[in-house]
Amino acid sequence: MFVLIVGCGRVGSSVARTMLREGHEVSCLDEDPEAHARLEVNLDRSWEDTGGQFTVGTGLEEEALTAAGIERADAFIASTDGDNTNIVIAQIAKRKFNVPTVIARILDPLRAEWYEKQGVNTICPTRVAIEMLEKEVLEAAGDGTGAGSASGAGTPTS
Amino acid sequence: MGEGTGKYIIIAGAGKVGWNLARELIEKGHEVTVIEDNRNRYTAVEQELEHNIQYGDASELWVLERAGISRADMVIAVTGDDEDNMLICQVAKEKYLVDRIIARVNNPRNRPHFELLGIKPYVSATDLILRLLEHEVPEYGLVHLLDLPEERLEIIEMLLADDSRVAGKRVGDLNMPEGSLLISILREGQGGFVPTPDTVLEAGDEVLAVLDPGLEEELKSFFGSDGAGAG
Repeated sequence: MFVLIVGCGRVGSSVARTMLREGHEVSCLDEDPEAHARLEVNLDRSWEDTGGQFTVGTGLEEEALTAAGIERADAFIASTDGDNTNIVIAQIAKRKFNVPTVIARILDPLRAEWYEKQGVNTICPTRVAIEMLEKEVLEAAGDGTGAGSASGAGTPTS
Repeated sequence: MGEGTGKYIIIAGAGKVGWNLARELIEKGHEVTVIEDNRNRYTAVEQELEHNIQYGDASELWVLERAGISRADMVIAVTGDDEDNMLICQVAKEKYLVDRIIARVNNPRNRPHFELLGIKPYVSATDLILRLLEHEVPEYGLVHLLDLPEERLEIIEMLLADDSRVAGKRVGDLNMPEGSLLISILREGQGGFVPTPDTVLEAGDEVLAVLDPGLEEELKSFFGSDGAGAG
C-alpha cells in the first residue's frame, strides 16, 4: 500500500516509520524542511535509504500533493497541527484525488464528531484522552460501574 | 429575523475587513455579531462594537452556537486564514443551514479549494486589485469585465495594439473563434458602439467580447499582435 502522510509532527512521523517498517510505501509532506529530521529518530539509516519519501510543501498546494504522489496513494493521513487544515485537505484528497482511504486527525471533539457524520474518517485524540481520564477518575472515585461515558472502551479491571 | 429588513449577520474575524464590514452593516440597521480569537484585537474592537463582538475561535462549533448561528441569515468569514474561512462557511451552510455565506480568499491559489467545498460566493482582494490594475493599465492585455461561472459566460475587454493582426479588418471578415462574440467597440472620440459587419477595426480600439470560459488565450492571440504581447 502507498501511504501519503501530510503533517510530519510526532504523530505523522511515528505513523510513517511504522508503516514503512510494516513494508508499505510511505511518502511524507510537511511545510517545514526540519520535519525530515523527526522521521529519522531511531532509524540507523536516512529516511530515504530506509525507503521513505519526503517532500516540502503544504497540503493545500496541488503541486506539492502531486509531487508527494497523491495520485497513486491508497491511503491519505492528514495530521498537521491545524484541525481546519486537516479537514480541508482530507476533503481535497477524497473529492479531488479520489484517494480510497482518507483519515483526518481532528483535536476538537465537536468538529470531529460532525465531520465524521459527514463521511470524513476522523481520529480524535482528545476524545480518547477524555474517555481514558474519565474512566480513571470514576474508578478512583469508586464509581467505575459504567454510569459515565457511553462509548465505552471498557476494559474491565479486577 | 424580526424587525423589517434587518438581518442577523455573523462575521468571523475582526481584522480591517471584518471590523469595517460590521460598522457598515450595523449602520444599515442589521444585527451583527463579530467573532474574534485574538485577545488584543478583540479588546481593541470591543471598545467600539461593544456587545456586537464576541471573543472566541469561530471555527469552534460551540462558539458559533453561542453567537446564535442557528438564527443567522448570513455568515461572512473574513479571517486571515483560508482554511478557517472554508471550514466556517462549510459548517454554516451544511450543519447550521445558514441561507447565505460569503468567504474571503486570502491566497488566490486556494480558490479551487473553495469551489471544491461548494463555498461561494468568495471574495479575493488580490483578484480585485489585479482586475483594477488590468483596467488601469490596458497594455496589461485582456481585462475580465464580468464572469458568470453559473451561466458559463465571460465578458472581456482588450486593447488593439498598433500591430494587432485584426486592425484594418472588417468585423464581417473576422471569423472569431467559435464560442466568442464581439459585442462592442470603444473608440477614442466616438465612445462605445455596437459594431456592424462593415465596421473596420482600428488600432487603439478597445473591443468587448463575450465568450465561453477558457477561450481567453485564444482570443488574446486572435486580437493580439503577430508575435505575442505582454502576458
